[in-house]
Amino acid sequence: MNLSKLEDKLLAAARANPPSDQVPYAFEKRITALLASRKVEDKSLFWSRALWRAAFSCVAVVLLLGVWLYFRPSPPASTDTADLSQDFRNTLTAQNDSSTTQ
Amino acid sequence: MERTEAELIAAVLKGDSSSFEPLVQKYSPRVFATARRYARRESEVEDIVQEVWLKSFEKLASFRGEAPFEHWLMRLAVRTCYDFLRGHQRNRESAFSELTEAEEDWLERFVVEPNNSPEDADAAKLLINRVMEKLSPQARLVITLLEIEDRSVKEIAELTGWTVPLVKVRAFRARGEMRKILAKIAKDKYL
Repeated sequence: MNLSKLEDKLLAAARANPPSDQVPYAFEKRITALLASRKVEDKSLFWSRALWRAAFSCVAVVLLLGVWLYFRPSPPASTDTADLSQDFRNTLTAQNDSSTTQ
Repeated sequence: MERTEAELIAAVLKGDSSSFEPLVQKYSPRVFATARRYARRESEVEDIVQEVWLKSFEKLASFRGEAPFEHWLMRLAVRTCYDFLRGHQRNRESAFSELTEAEEDWLERFVVEPNNSPEDADAAKLLINRVMEKLSPQARLVITLLEIEDRSVKEIAELTGWTVPLVKVRAFRARGEMRKILAKIAKDKYL
């Protein structure tokens, strides 16, 4: 049997008999009813909504931090701070002091 | 006044899903004809077409309008059919059932008179459907698009999303696969 010829014949048979393009009755109504409950997936809308939400969240955090910083109780005055600055100054000037005494 | 496709699509994107109906009405015949090439049962065909329309509705925002809507839709239809074939691959792996009497007669006639066996005979249609069902999803898709629908390699690449060299390789393999199936039929019948 000539397989190549058989292949050509069968493919010609398929070409000669295209499938029907008949649409079942009221098919488009069925699809529309099915789609009515769905929303169109709009990526730009999704991203703009997400970004707006993120922006509002950031603004809220900034405001809360601002309020907290403004109203927080001021820390008690400590002498440690003065001591620390004095130590720092002494360390910096120690070299000069030693050179002048020599 | 009848609205253009672009206007209908814009309306759907704004949330008016009823504007999708004229598009479904216009292009359903083409989508049904495509689906019927890959599925035999009418219930399966309807499922495929319904899925095509649902997908196209969901992905409508990705349609840029650079090419006609029909091209975009047919790409979606072909890919949905391919997914269907892959999902129903199990059926293909079943044993080759016996040929009907009409198919046997047609084959007998072909062996005696290869040039005179009619191509429009029902037996030839049944036989090619049987062979197509035995092909792998890739092979079936390529043979259908290239040999039956007579599309170019470039067109197939656009429809399937495969590269041009990949389409060529798959077409070559598909022909080999088809010959193998035909050889099996011939062997079962004449040896």
